[in-house]
Amino acid sequence: METTFAPAAISLSPEEIRRYSRHLILPEVGMEGQKKLKAASVLMVGAGGLGSPLGMYLAAAGVGRIGIVDFDVVDESNLQRQLLHGTKDVGRPKLESARDRIHDINPNVQVDLHPVHLTSDNALEIIQDYDVVADGTDNFPTRYLVNDACVLAGKPNVYASIFRFEGQASVFGAPDGPCYRCLYAEPPPPGLVPSCAEGGVLGVLPGIVGSIQALEVIKQITGAGDSLIGRLLLIDTLGMQFRTLKVRKNPDCPVCGEHPTVTELIDYQLFCGITPPASTEETEMSTLPEITVRELKERLDRGDDLFVLDVRRPHEADIATIGAPIIPLHELAFRLDELEPYRDQEIVLMCRSGARSATALRHLQAQGFEKLYNLKGGILAWSDEIDPSIPKY
Amino acid sequence: MTETTTVTLYIPTPLRGFVGGDSSVSVSGETVSEALRQLVTLHPQIKTHLYTEAGDLRSFVNIYKNDDDVRYLNGEQTTLQAGDVLSIVPSIAGG
Repeated sequence: METTFAPAAISLSPEEIRRYSRHLILPEVGMEGQKKLKAASVLMVGAGGLGSPLGMYLAAAGVGRIGIVDFDVVDESNLQRQLLHGTKDVGRPKLESARDRIHDINPNVQVDLHPVHLTSDNALEIIQDYDVVADGTDNFPTRYLVNDACVLAGKPNVYASIFRFEGQASVFGAPDGPCYRCLYAEPPPPGLVPSCAEGGVLGVLPGIVGSIQALEVIKQITGAGDSLIGRLLLIDTLGMQFRTLKVRKNPDCPVCGEHPTVTELIDYQLFCGITPPASTEETEMSTLPEITVRELKERLDRGDDLFVLDVRRPHEADIATIGAPIIPLHELAFRLDELEPYRDQEIVLMCRSGARSATALRHLQAQGFEKLYNLKGGILAWSDEIDPSIPKY
Repeated sequence: MTETTTVTLYIPTPLRGFVGGDSSVSVSGETVSEALRQLVTLHPQIKTHLYTEAGDLRSFVNIYKNDDDVRYLNGEQTTLQAGDVLSIVPSIAGG
């Protein structure tokens, strides 16, 4: 892709020429490509697992201006994969530690911070100001928001996504190229595809996939090589297989097709079937019978005849358990017979935080079970309020 | 007896738990639909992840024959040759 800025107006200082010498001697980059990088601006959406190698390599490569959208603070559980942030940064806003790390790598880079949730109200305004967007968010609503905003604003969207041991990368929103909706017209219903927080992710995986994302950004800017436009790279790190599949531009695509119906940004939470947090809480409180960890502890100590079922996966119980038997949520539908003996008894469902057990509770309600309780806050709350020796994960 | 067409079906990480942990499964069928039906017969737990209650393939699950999305071939009626590789490519959103 030819970028729109004029590298002729850009020059490299002697310090920059020394710094970028290994690029400058590559014919595919050279002085012209390096000047394009210096003139370019890239918006990173998310400064997490993918954003870490992305931000560090773009900075090292000499991209002139990097914008970062993130609102999170660094948590200990981020450190296993998010190398932008160090142990000393726990509790700091990710934007700040990302900026410090990027400036440590390359002080020539201008870093613009956007401490906001990307929303339909601000996305176009933020994206407008950049040449290339790199989507490294962790949820479906933002994926569709970034896609639609990039198509509407005419910005290439260098896409990458990860789960457990598997990654995907592509370039969407390029002129004549497909967009994310051409590949996936609709999001999965909430809860069906677990997040990295629920399903786990190998720490090295975002290192690989985010580096590929950085490479594709650099190719977009310099015009070098064949980009992933129209191709989806699939990375299976357990089998260590890399494959590319074709992604076609869908003529009926509601955003980038011949007769688009989405001509402005929509409500992406709604599009992804997610009810606003406030009303979800109300619904859950009104329809989900709950028990607190303190109530459960009291009743167990009293010797009440409660059946506590843990719906996490068995390997999670290796990390932390209160000793309850396990039927993982995804096996529940096929193992109902094991619960039949407890049908007339009170059943308390528990998981890590209370989210999966809420899903399990609704499922069992639909199967006619009546005396059900969701353990509020899950084993995390048990660790906080009852037994601090149980590790939190 | 007619020879059956056997193809390799790649299972992505999120769905491997439903097929006993395998990264691929050998299935036979003359069409994509037949091959997927055999997968679901062999591994019933995967069914709700691929199909809606009405029996349609879920819109966020893409099926590829070799490197082509079957939506741009003949959909589930796309015919298979021995040695073809089918892939289930679900959407993932982690970052």
